Amino acid sequence: MRKPLTLRILSSLDKKSWLALGVFLALALVVIPVLHLNFPEDSALHVSTYAITLIGKIMCYALVAVAMDLIWGYGGILSLGHGLFFALGGYAFGMYLMRQIGRDGSYGADLPDFMVFLDWKELPWFWLGSDSFGWVAFLVMAVPALVAFVFGYFAFRSRIKGVYFSIMTQALTFAGMLLFFRNETGFGGNNGFTGFTRILGFDITAQSTRAALFFATVVLLVGSLYLGFRLARSKFGRVLTALRDAENRLMFCGYDPRGYKLFIWVLSAVLCGLAGALYVPQVGIINPSEMAPTQSIEAAVWVALGGRGTLIGPLLGAGLVNGMKSWFTVAFPEYWLFFLGALFIVVTLYLPRGLLGLLRKEKEQ
Amino acid sequence: MKKTLNALLLCLGSLSAHAALDPAQVRQLAADDSSEKVAAIRQLTQTADPDAVRILKAMADDSLFLAGDKVVIIDGDKAFDGASGEAIKMPANPESPTVNNRIRGELASALAALKLFDADATVRLASAQKLQSQVTPEMAPLLARALEKESDAQIKALLVLAHAQANLANTDPAARLAAVKALAETSSPTIKSVLLPLTEKAGEPDDKVRYEAIAAVKAIDSRLAIAENVGRAFSGLSLGSILLLGALGLAITYGVMGIINMAHGELLMVGAYSTYGMQSLFRAYFPDAIDWYLPAAIPVAFFAAAMVGVIMERTVIRWLYGRTLETLLATWGLSLILIQAARVLFGAQNVEVSNPGWMSGGIEVMPNLILPWNRIIIVGFAMFVLFLVWVLINKTRLGMFVRAVTQNRAMAGCVGVPTARIDTMAFALGAGIAGLGGVALSQISNVGPDMGQGYIVDSFMVVVVGGVGQLAGAVWAALGLGIFSKLLEGWAGAVIAKISILVCIIIFIQKRPQGIFALKGRFVE
Repeated sequence: MRKPLTLRILSSLDKKSWLALGVFLALALVVIPVLHLNFPEDSALHVSTYAITLIGKIMCYALVAVAMDLIWGYGGILSLGHGLFFALGGYAFGMYLMRQIGRDGSYGADLPDFMVFLDWKELPWFWLGSDSFGWVAFLVMAVPALVAFVFGYFAFRSRIKGVYFSIMTQALTFAGMLLFFRNETGFGGNNGFTGFTRILGFDITAQSTRAALFFATVVLLVGSLYLGFRLARSKFGRVLTALRDAENRLMFCGYDPRGYKLFIWVLSAVLCGLAGALYVPQVGIINPSEMAPTQSIEAAVWVALGGRGTLIGPLLGAGLVNGMKSWFTVAFPEYWLFFLGALFIVVTLYLPRGLLGLLRKEKEQ
Repeated sequence: MKKTLNALLLCLGSLSAHAALDPAQVRQLAADDSSEKVAAIRQLTQTADPDAVRILKAMADDSLFLAGDKVVIIDGDKAFDGASGEAIKMPANPESPTVNNRIRGELASALAALKLFDADATVRLASAQKLQSQVTPEMAPLLARALEKESDAQIKALLVLAHAQANLANTDPAARLAAVKALAETSSPTIKSVLLPLTEKAGEPDDKVRYEAIAAVKAIDSRLAIAENVGRAFSGLSLGSILLLGALGLAITYGVMGIINMAHGELLMVGAYSTYGMQSLFRAYFPDAIDWYLPAAIPVAFFAAAMVGVIMERTVIRWLYGRTLETLLATWGLSLILIQAARVLFGAQNVEVSNPGWMSGGIEVMPNLILPWNRIIIVGFAMFVLFLVWVLINKTRLGMFVRAVTQNRAMAGCVGVPTARIDTMAFALGAGIAGLGGVALSQISNVGPDMGQGYIVDSFMVVVVGGVGQLAGAVWAALGLGIFSKLLEGWAGAVIAKISILVCIIIFIQKRPQGIFALKGRFVE
């Protein structure tokens, strides 16, 4: 069979060329905000605000995909509830952004607008300290970690796995969505948080702020990829892979799988929380629909499309699916769900190892 | 002055005639002033006389006229004297008194009250029932008189309540006390709201009556609470029945193939849309038999859903055996396609599926507890389907094969069970049952493209709690979860109920990872 040209070129790359390609891509991502800042709108090299927001958003999703790959690709645990951790991180950081609005809200009060609207007189206890960036940065990681730890501890303790675990996580994020939809929960009900004005005192809509947020996302993405690769090559990663392939054998060898699972599960949740925290200031809104089961299960198809257990693949998958989504929902909104549904089926039926698996097969031949 | 004179003259004049009614009052019906008319109507009502019924009816029908000083009833070409009812000769140029809306309202309630004295017991019963919600203090003497005459026990009980309600405004504390005591025996929210003002010092000066009223409200409240909880438990039972129909199919496919079909909720949707299709078909071609569209929809929904199920199994699921997590994703993709297909075919809006005539209404157990027929029928239908499935699984050859594959696929294959075909059959059966669930669901909730989404998690919870491959487990878990969640919803709100049920299930799995009823065997994984 004649291979497509792109496939042939990609499959002919060796390890060093792959590394070079990665560095080139990372550099390209760093260059985007620079272009955005330094070239006026009429210049050919200008990157529009829409583009930078879209790419920033997709990179946040890519971070979620990397986090999903850590537990699914290496640990063999499919979570259908990662949207919950993403949204928790987003909400935690959103609290800080809401407090930064100060008295610029439409009611001109010290409290966020939605609380004035509900006739609340003071901040609920869990908003305590939300005006401090440091504390909120801690919360962004601690809240998803805590929820993941408590859920994971009990789930892994009773050896819930496979589809049981997947559906339980889906139910978890569904319950979270219902909880955050309530006005009484104290997170703005179904409108969520929006209307942000400042971050760390800087104007959130300014070009330089956008560029800085974009840059931070690139750094975090590259950092978590590096962490993922180091973990995957360590002894921990090997035990995790063994766990995925034959949990019982591993137990008979004297390992206790619970600690391994719990660690990677919590780490993945923290990465999702960070992704959520970077997503909110760039997109400018967070609401409970981020916790909808559909969102989380879509993240699974990013990973499956790119290739599980490759870390780079999910990144690719997230970029591809979300890029197509932004195009499709504008061009043929009617057919997006057909396409996405078909993608789920085709990927599972014909691409069990994802796009990267396809490349590697080419290479092996 | 002139009026009094007229009345006096009339009085004198009527002395000679044989009179059943006070002619002065009858004359007042045609007075110029509305308030006087109202007073006359009320006084006539108090007499509870059949003649009063006759004259008030005539007034309501606009056949009452004033001829000179006499009030006459003109019926066609005959005329009768208003007070005595005797036939008289047609008066020249009779005048019609003004009957405005206020008077009409007054006449309507007067005639309704007078029906309490009708000779026909059914008319009396209807009137007494109607009166319950519109008792005014002025009716007290009338009701007392009706109560004396009444012999029917059921009507008597209603009259006692109405009389007690009218008596609550009595000036005599003893009468009020008796009234409150009589009302304490009821369990209706309207009577509770009638009693509430009496529990406060401003509304009731007498301490004794007030304490009695407080006790009465408490007693009514506790009875209301019982009725409310019974109602909740019943709607939980019907929810549980639908969950059961959803979970049965899921339990069978999970048991046989070890996969969770995320598109199972969409099979419910297929069933519901089949019902909608049958309804449209009957509306277009057999409008006379429209009430029978539902029984006709049952086999159609079963086969439509089973058909979709077979296509799903043959084209996608078959190729993913042993890869359970990927099956989850692929079937999710199928569900997205089905949802979007429903949107394209039937529109994104919900479609209207109406209950057939024989399913509307309900059984009134208590004033605030009505068990609707559609829910009762759904519970019965679910039990019927459950029975059929039980027979199929436990008494037929196919059922035996299904059980064999559930317990040990490799061994079943070795002894000649065609496992691949059993998989398809089991999947079709599960899908068909989900389709039946869709028929039931279409009768109590909206039919729209997204309707199946909410049921997959709940149905799966039933499978988790009940234990895999166990019909009995699924039954107990579905009914238990349905009732428990509805009761919790009543006490704590829908969201908290959902979350606490999830927490309960996680705790439950800690204790019994295999569900309530576990298959016994020695195997790992």
